[in-house]
Amino acid sequence: MLDVHHLTVRHGYLQALTDVSLRVAPGETLAIIGANGAGKSTLLRSIIGLHRPSAGSILIGGRDITLLPPHARVREGIALVPEARRLFPSLSVEENLLVGRSSGRPGAWSLGAVYQLFSWMGDRRHEPTVHLSGGEQQAVAIGRALMANPRVLLLDELSLGLAPTMVRRIYGVLPELVETGMAVLLVEQDVAQALRIADRFQCLLEGRTTLEGKPAEATTAQIEAAYFGLAGRTGPGSAA
Amino acid sequence: MNWVNAIVQGILLGGLYALFACGLSILFGVIRVVNLAHGDFAVLAAYLALLVVTTTHLPALATIVIVAPLFALLGYAGQRLIIQKSLDVSPLTTLLVSFGLSVVIQNALLVFASADSHSFDVGHLISASLRITPEVSIAYVSLIIFGTAVALLIGLQLFLSRTAMGRQIRAAADDQEAASIAGIDTHHVFAIAAALAFASVALAGLALGTYSSFDPSAGPPRLVFAFEAVIIGGLGSLWGTLLGGIVLGVAQTIGAQIDPSGGVLAGHLVFLAVLAFRPQGLIRARLAT
Repeated sequence: MLDVHHLTVRHGYLQALTDVSLRVAPGETLAIIGANGAGKSTLLRSIIGLHRPSAGSILIGGRDITLLPPHARVREGIALVPEARRLFPSLSVEENLLVGRSSGRPGAWSLGAVYQLFSWMGDRRHEPTVHLSGGEQQAVAIGRALMANPRVLLLDELSLGLAPTMVRRIYGVLPELVETGMAVLLVEQDVAQALRIADRFQCLLEGRTTLEGKPAEATTAQIEAAYFGLAGRTGPGSAA
Repeated sequence: MNWVNAIVQGILLGGLYALFACGLSILFGVIRVVNLAHGDFAVLAAYLALLVVTTTHLPALATIVIVAPLFALLGYAGQRLIIQKSLDVSPLTTLLVSFGLSVVIQNALLVFASADSHSFDVGHLISASLRITPEVSIAYVSLIIFGTAVALLIGLQLFLSRTAMGRQIRAAADDQEAASIAGIDTHHVFAIAAALAFASVALAGLALGTYSSFDPSAGPPRLVFAFEAVIIGGLGSLWGTLLGGIVLGVAQTIGAQIDPSGGVLAGHLVFLAVLAFRPQGLIRARLAT
């Protein structure tokens, strides 16, 4: 569904990503883990089109979208739930959701479907989003992304700033989405949380893939080594 | 009773200032562009209307159906071809570009239209007025301009709050990057906002040429009043531009009542007082509220 081939992204002189490749199939959840500054968010931002890669390509359903602007990628079926949610403060809950439909594809997701997924939201749809708690705002951000009927859903640090119970509740809706065949690519600092829900994971260190595999098949020592860049990197499919 | 008349005339004058200010407010509130050529574009619209009158012999006020759409197109194209490119460089570049446009428009008008001043011929309407009391009478022209300003603001308000495009404009004004990843074509949306701003400045140019007169250098003083109205009312607030325009207009007419040459000065003083004591403006609100 989503294919990233040998992606290299530079911020000025800094090379944020080096030769990163990944693939997410329909109905699959891939987690990108890594320390601060490993390039996780840069990877998601490059996939949605906020950074131009200096090399490599991004394909969705076999179609090359590397040169498309963000809104055109939404039309191709990619949606991002950005870090820190980034809701529109002067819009109501419902208006925030409707904005998600601006370039979306036809599909099952509608206001009604989102209100069904998050049962509290319908009653509060005319409120400004600043009245909502962090977890509720996160739910609106997810709803806004779903309104575009994405084939691939990108989730950037959903757990950031949320209480653990809220994090579990937010991640609790994922299986329902994956069941419909949606591919999920998520970036998460909370490694345990990421490994719990992902089918596969990929660990980034200084912009390179250091380890990838299935959560059940990697040992804690392997993951720690890949995460912190300790000597003797080994592991299934290790690129280092 | 002269004071009542001064206040009434000031309120009506505020309508003219609001017409100038609301385009400025849209450009700043949505695209974050300070358009130093705003007054000059109004004057350009007035000259364009004059050209339409002399070639088609349409009545002056009817030219708005030609001038406003042309200016909307100009705004859309200008945003996509010039302003967006300079925005991508830096906000300072847009300021310089708009200053350059101001100079170019003024000088081009001097070359092609001479320095003579013009005003629109609206027949008997120019002297007709509504007598309310023996001391207070309202010129129809002032009333029409004020009504146009209110109608324009109501229209913009409804457009921004009720339509999908209005919603996209507000979202892009809030957070351009978040808007683009939510699927909004922000360049198109900004250009639509610029089209609205330019259509409104065309209205302002026609109002200026009807209410008083214009010449190639009439833009910059109007820009100052528009800026003052926007600041007094509150940056980015649509209804704030009307309130700001009215406060400025009333300050000027009352100032002129105290001392015939003190009107403009009184307006500036009120503006300075607002800047000093309430720099966020009288209405602190977001777009479309």
